Amino acid sequence: MWLPADASAHGPALDHHLLLNLWIALALLAVAHLILLLGLLARRHPAQKNLWRIEYLPLALLAILFATLTIKAERLWAATRYTGASLTALQVEVTGVQFAWYFRYPGLDATFGITRPQLVAPGEGNPLGIDATDPHSADDEVTSELVLPTNREVDLRLNAQDVIHGFSIPELRLKQNAVPGQTIHIHFTPTTPGTYAILCTQLCGLGHYRMNATLRILPPEQFALWLASKQKAATP
Amino acid sequence: MNRPTPRTPSQHQDPKPSPLHPTPYSLHPRLTDHRIIGIQYLTLALVSVVIGTLLSLLMRIHLVWPAWPLWLHGPILPEDYLALVTIHGTIMLFFVLTTAPQAGFSNLILPAQIGARHMAFPVLNAASFWLTAVALLTLLSSTFVPGGSAISGWTAYPPLSAVPSAGPGQGLGMDLWLISIALFAIASTASSINTLTTIIRNRCPGMTWERLPLTVWGWFTAALVSIIAFSVLLAAILLLLCDRHAHTSFFLPTGDLVNNVLHKGGDGTPLLWLHLFWFFGHPEVYIAILPGLGLTSMLLANFSHRKVFAYRTMIVTTLLIGFLGILLWGHHMFVAGLNPFASSAFSISTMAIALPASAKVLSWLATIWRSRPQYTTAMLFALGFVSLFITGGLTGPILAQPILDEYLHNTFFVVAHFHLIMAMAGVFALYAGTYYWFPLITATSNHPGRLLSEPLGRLHFWCTLIGAYAVFLPMHLTGLAGEPRHYAQLTGIPGPGGALSPTGLLLAHTLPLNRFITYAAIFLATAQLVFLFNLFRSLRKGPFATSNPWQATTLEWHPALNPFTLLPASDTSEVTVHRAPCHYSSTGLGDAFVPQWVQHTVVQPTIEDTTNAKPE
Repeated sequence: MWLPADASAHGPALDHHLLLNLWIALALLAVAHLILLLGLLARRHPAQKNLWRIEYLPLALLAILFATLTIKAERLWAATRYTGASLTALQVEVTGVQFAWYFRYPGLDATFGITRPQLVAPGEGNPLGIDATDPHSADDEVTSELVLPTNREVDLRLNAQDVIHGFSIPELRLKQNAVPGQTIHIHFTPTTPGTYAILCTQLCGLGHYRMNATLRILPPEQFALWLASKQKAATP
Repeated sequence: MNRPTPRTPSQHQDPKPSPLHPTPYSLHPRLTDHRIIGIQYLTLALVSVVIGTLLSLLMRIHLVWPAWPLWLHGPILPEDYLALVTIHGTIMLFFVLTTAPQAGFSNLILPAQIGARHMAFPVLNAASFWLTAVALLTLLSSTFVPGGSAISGWTAYPPLSAVPSAGPGQGLGMDLWLISIALFAIASTASSINTLTTIIRNRCPGMTWERLPLTVWGWFTAALVSIIAFSVLLAAILLLLCDRHAHTSFFLPTGDLVNNVLHKGGDGTPLLWLHLFWFFGHPEVYIAILPGLGLTSMLLANFSHRKVFAYRTMIVTTLLIGFLGILLWGHHMFVAGLNPFASSAFSISTMAIALPASAKVLSWLATIWRSRPQYTTAMLFALGFVSLFITGGLTGPILAQPILDEYLHNTFFVVAHFHLIMAMAGVFALYAGTYYWFPLITATSNHPGRLLSEPLGRLHFWCTLIGAYAVFLPMHLTGLAGEPRHYAQLTGIPGPGGALSPTGLLLAHTLPLNRFITYAAIFLATAQLVFLFNLFRSLRKGPFATSNPWQATTLEWHPALNPFTLLPASDTSEVTVHRAPCHYSSTGLGDAFVPQWVQHTVVQPTIEDTTNAKPE
């Protein structure tokens, strides 16, 4: 199949609904073209008159079909977006900058330090402008790859420093724009360990095509080791 | 007159001295003649579509052969690619798909179709055209300024479009883009007011609303929507220009840091632009397609020798598509940071528009069902329109579901969807109109109109249909595989570590299919040379047409309104409408048709030879 592998908890339901939609579209496409061709090939016949049977009945059937699809889609959408993440979800902040993604883990205090745009200095190792005077900043960990454990809900908070970016992980069936001046939360649960692509899917400038990062999904114990090694490196 | 008629247009009461001098203004009458303005618009659209197509070919070639150097330019850089995307989209949407159907053909055909001698505001009409031409030159000139053209796409999302430091082309190039589109918006609004006023005031006696051809309903609805949409776009552009030059903060949040430039002013939001832009942008695609919907209905009926099936329902669905088209801009913003409840609401309004669109398809299928139509090139293109409208339309409800858009947004699946339903279907309607109305485009007071070559037309049709599907069907698959839009490069995309990234691997899967798409695009573009050859040859050597070569029933084929046999305006009282269009009937002797202008229902036998006329 053309869809890439699926590594998130909500993905299979989405894929199932997408395939259902594609098959329905394909069937309607075939039926419509069949009617078109048969109508052209058949011998001439007096014009159709029955407005209700030809126009309104198929229209009613289509209305029921589209309504069913809409309701099914709404339920999936509501399940992933209407409520926030659970309180035990892993907190990670994502910041889009021309042309890179940065990820920040809040550390042991579970709180992100304040950032100020005036302090942004990628050359000095502070691409997000973290304010060192804020006590919460000390254990914040900034990385250029996103590492997540399997089977734990993740609460991503999306920011953009400069222009609108599109945070997208095709293999997790996830896409959400990061908008400057706004923090947008999305939550999901990775399921399959592996290495996946993180893309930018909103035109953000000349380097848009190369704005990508890597997602590594690890089993929980390996993730704990990775996080501990990062924190050990951070504390002198 | 024994039947109720709409209010008598003023032109029928105060006859002008001559149809060649229709305005009391001192401008040269050729400048304000609606037919000449129509031809000027079509010429502008033709030049634009050639440029837009060449730009798209450069994009396709660059995607699969990135090292290929452009003659006199060198290799195409990422910023060049984005400039190509931006100018291709802008030129095609505004200067081709809006200009040609809504301003070109409406000027050429609309007055005659309602039995009028000219448009309501001839000088405003001429001013709109020249403003559009200036807008096009402004847009094209941006290529030559330092930094080049804008690179933020036709949607120009801020802060990328609001801050000059955001990239090359976002300085003067972006300003020129904004000025060009602002001029275009003014011209379109003026032109729409002209169209609306003409339809409301200049209909000939007997042309009631229900007897208006569906093409006129298409132009009418598109003009109504244009006034609403383009005025909002104009306002949005002025706000963005203020953000760029007057230190306002409509679209810029406090602390926005773009390429070391910090925004310290007020706290605005980029989402405001998205709302304003898509409030225009979505209706805009309906503006592009509404005249085509109407023309397709009329052509299918004409060549099937049938009435349009469910005529009144078609009028209602045309208006409904226009109305609903204003209410669903949010489906472009499912992943943009809207409240998720808003996405649900926009999803429902978007799904709703599938119903009037389906009603149109059902009417088309019913009209041609078992009709043994006459396969002229115009009819073939109308049938092609139906096919493309179905194929492109069926992916619409898929994209209207936020949960699926979460995967498909900004992938090539979307590119395939809108190119099939808007660009390809729109272009097929334009071709259908060109083949159909060519005798009216080419008629002058010295000789009757000419016909395009039908054999070349059929060749052109089949190549274009196959090419269109070969280019855009595979894009659905690359989109499903995850290929995003606006990527200047698909091969060897490095990751942060320098080696080939997971992204590079993901995109590499799409390369074989992308190569095929590029070959198909080159084929599709080459096939259009057949049309250009046919066009330029037939302009001079095409066979002369009779005054009603297609046995049409609508008024533009009235001999008295044909430029060749044009009667003085004082005689126009004889242009009167007696019935709804498409009065075709089958008798024992064969088919018969009665044009709208014929008073008595004397059955006219159909004429087989359509090209036997010589200048009388």
